[in-house]
Amino acid sequence: MKILVCISNVPDTTTKVKFIEGNKKLDVTGIQWVINPWDELSLTRALELKDDPSNGIQLVTVAHVGPLASEPTIRKALAIGADDAIRINADPSDAYFVAAQLAKIVKEGVYDLVFCGIESSDFNGSTVGGMLAEFLEYPSVSSVSGVKIENGQVNITREIDGGKEIVTVPMPVVAIVQKGIAKEPRIAAMRGIMMARTKPLNVVEPLAIDSLTEVVAYEMPQPRAACKFVDPENPRQLVELLQNEAKII
Amino acid sequence: MENRKVLKSGEFLVDEVQFNDIFIPEQFDEEQKMIAQTIQDFLDTELYPNIDQIDSPDINLMQRTLKKAGELGLMGISIPEEYGGFGQSFITQMLAGEKIGAGHSFSVAFMAHTGIGTLPIMYYGNEEQRQKYVTRLASGDLIGAYCLTEPGAGSDANSGKTSAILSEDGKHYILNGQKMWITNANFADTQVVFAKIDRDRVLSAFIVEKNFPGVVISPDEHKMGIKGSSTAQIFYNDVKVPVENLLGNRGEGFRIALSILHMGRIKLGANVLGASKKSINDSVQYANERKQFNVLISTFGAIKHKLAEQVIKTFALECAIYRLSKDIDDQIELHKASGMDKGKASVEGISHYAVEAAILKVYGSEVLDFVIDEAVQIHGGMGYSAEMAVERGYRDSRINRIFEGTNEINRLLLVDTAMKRAMKGDFDLFGRANELAAGLDTIKDNQGQDESYFEEKLRVVKNFKNLVLIIIQGASAYFDKKLILEQEVLNNLADMIMEVYIAESMVLRIQKMESMNGVDADGIYRTMLDAFVYDASDKIRKPATDAAYSFASPETGSTYKKVVETLTLVPGINVKEARRKIADKLIEANCYKF
Repeated sequence: MKILVCISNVPDTTTKVKFIEGNKKLDVTGIQWVINPWDELSLTRALELKDDPSNGIQLVTVAHVGPLASEPTIRKALAIGADDAIRINADPSDAYFVAAQLAKIVKEGVYDLVFCGIESSDFNGSTVGGMLAEFLEYPSVSSVSGVKIENGQVNITREIDGGKEIVTVPMPVVAIVQKGIAKEPRIAAMRGIMMARTKPLNVVEPLAIDSLTEVVAYEMPQPRAACKFVDPENPRQLVELLQNEAKII
Repeated sequence: MENRKVLKSGEFLVDEVQFNDIFIPEQFDEEQKMIAQTIQDFLDTELYPNIDQIDSPDINLMQRTLKKAGELGLMGISIPEEYGGFGQSFITQMLAGEKIGAGHSFSVAFMAHTGIGTLPIMYYGNEEQRQKYVTRLASGDLIGAYCLTEPGAGSDANSGKTSAILSEDGKHYILNGQKMWITNANFADTQVVFAKIDRDRVLSAFIVEKNFPGVVISPDEHKMGIKGSSTAQIFYNDVKVPVENLLGNRGEGFRIALSILHMGRIKLGANVLGASKKSINDSVQYANERKQFNVLISTFGAIKHKLAEQVIKTFALECAIYRLSKDIDDQIELHKASGMDKGKASVEGISHYAVEAAILKVYGSEVLDFVIDEAVQIHGGMGYSAEMAVERGYRDSRINRIFEGTNEINRLLLVDTAMKRAMKGDFDLFGRANELAAGLDTIKDNQGQDESYFEEKLRVVKNFKNLVLIIIQGASAYFDKKLILEQEVLNNLADMIMEVYIAESMVLRIQKMESMNGVDADGIYRTMLDAFVYDASDKIRKPATDAAYSFASPETGSTYKKVVETLTLVPGINVKEARRKIADKLIEANCYKF
């Protein structure tokens, strides 16, 4: 049995977001890149499944659509424990493009279980997993917070409003994963870091596919307005402000 | 090993390297960054959520956390692969030390185990000892301790009274004595113990197992900080130590002790760098949240001043840390290339840089003390609350000026070692110093026309160096052999020498950064360098003047005063604006990203 974990390369959470080229492009200067948190948890769960020999998993592969500059993120996935990696050598221009590229990898590699993070923490599109399943004509389950393999089937726990839903799906399947799938991301151990040097990282050229979307502009949220303090002894001032400035009464 | 100029220990006082000759943190490779990230992840997930409990203290939790670090392979970073480690370079060891350094009491336990607890056996042990102990210490299966200090033997380590008498059958040494301030005492499985055999004048070293009958460990001391680390006295009552557990040769203990302390000092420099960066993060994040007078306190000039000073000093320390690390790596490689055993090559490479080791230890521990003190101050009343990380950091920081040789001992040592190495012929300090002294009346600052930015900075550093040489010459000529007793003057010299080494390292790093990536868009690094050199001139002027007046006659006093003024001349800058600019960069990033 083989698992593919799709990983995205995202800015770390302390990044100060700036846009360039008329607010059409993220300024990547000085950004520290990390594995998308949902993907990192997916990888952790995939490795946990492999650790249990009764699951019969021979291979955990990571796949990533991105340029050469994103290889440190892929190497980190290898250091954490993935057996090999595939980088589709292209800028991930939109979800459709990424899903189409990943679909080719899944078909060629014949993976039984495909993990995708529910969204990436940068652009939060939340669409690659669903699109990928459609390209492949595989079943997909979203909001996955637990995965077990039993009798050649996958038992999946989903988060639903106010509770959980447990479903069984035949493989191959695309699991669209949210937090909870693993407790904490696995930390790359020294041995893993050393071994990452020699694990296969295969680079493949992308399919010639057009993106379906074009970014017109990004807009930063408005800074929060300054907070005005009103003396508790002066309710009249509060009423005046609510009436004349906030205009809500 | 690329072809680059490498100076001997202390030689920087009389010679220069080019920026291409030094290593800078911007050259870390992907694997090194990954190791650093692993340690950060480990601290974030395994340590920080439990640090209150560890410091309560909870010795079992400390042990479990050490075991987890062992499972990640972190205890094998410095150990060659054939002994179960990962054979990492000294630079990588220092980077790991920097990251671990932000780990409060855990850092102390970890560093004692991986450094002074393990490396004496790696460096001086024979093959059997390495296979028996180092392989298990590298995995964290065993935890190590180092037992040198005694009630009557602290800084004067060779005066220890612990004795080792060979048994009549010649199979054991019978150990008797008392050790104190032993880190990891209550959970270490192995102890490297120093004792004198049959009333020898000098120490020998032994590997003692905790379970040998007669080893008695006292309850832990109650300490000001690093409360989660175990620190206790150990008594040896007729402990039978197998003769095969003698470490190195008989009488080699003092050498082992000193060389391990050199290593410990350098690594302490890396530890305090990590702790400083964490303290800066705590400071700026608080300043960016706390409001007074309806505005964030990070908008106040007084707070910006503190934040900027924290950053400048920390960045400057970092320049020297990694410059020296590469020099040590090269020394180690040279020894290995000559056929030396890996352990021996490492200890020889590290011990060579005794002057710089003391500089990093003293300068680094005082930078951290400054940074954490200001961190508490930035937090105001909250900084005094045990709820805040900076309160713990403040208590934990203080020991760094005391252990691994007090800063006082290290100040004396760094000057004494530099002068001894020069007298031994490693470099020509006194010839150059005499030359300068002969022309005291005509000393100039040598400012050239149309100097480039870095030419000017390097000239200023060169002037600082010349001033050090002039003071050494004046003090040596006046006090002669009694200079060693003039500790105040040696302290003055130590302060000057440290400032010179750090300033030069900073100039070269920024020059190299620009050669790699061009000038950064907002010129922040030049701004930091401007502010540092501007302040360094003051920091050198005062001890130089104090030292000069201790030996100058009324006639020569004014000459020395003029020389000091000339050689500490630096261009005036708007240092207020410089600091604001640095602080603004930190405030915007909300964490240390320099």
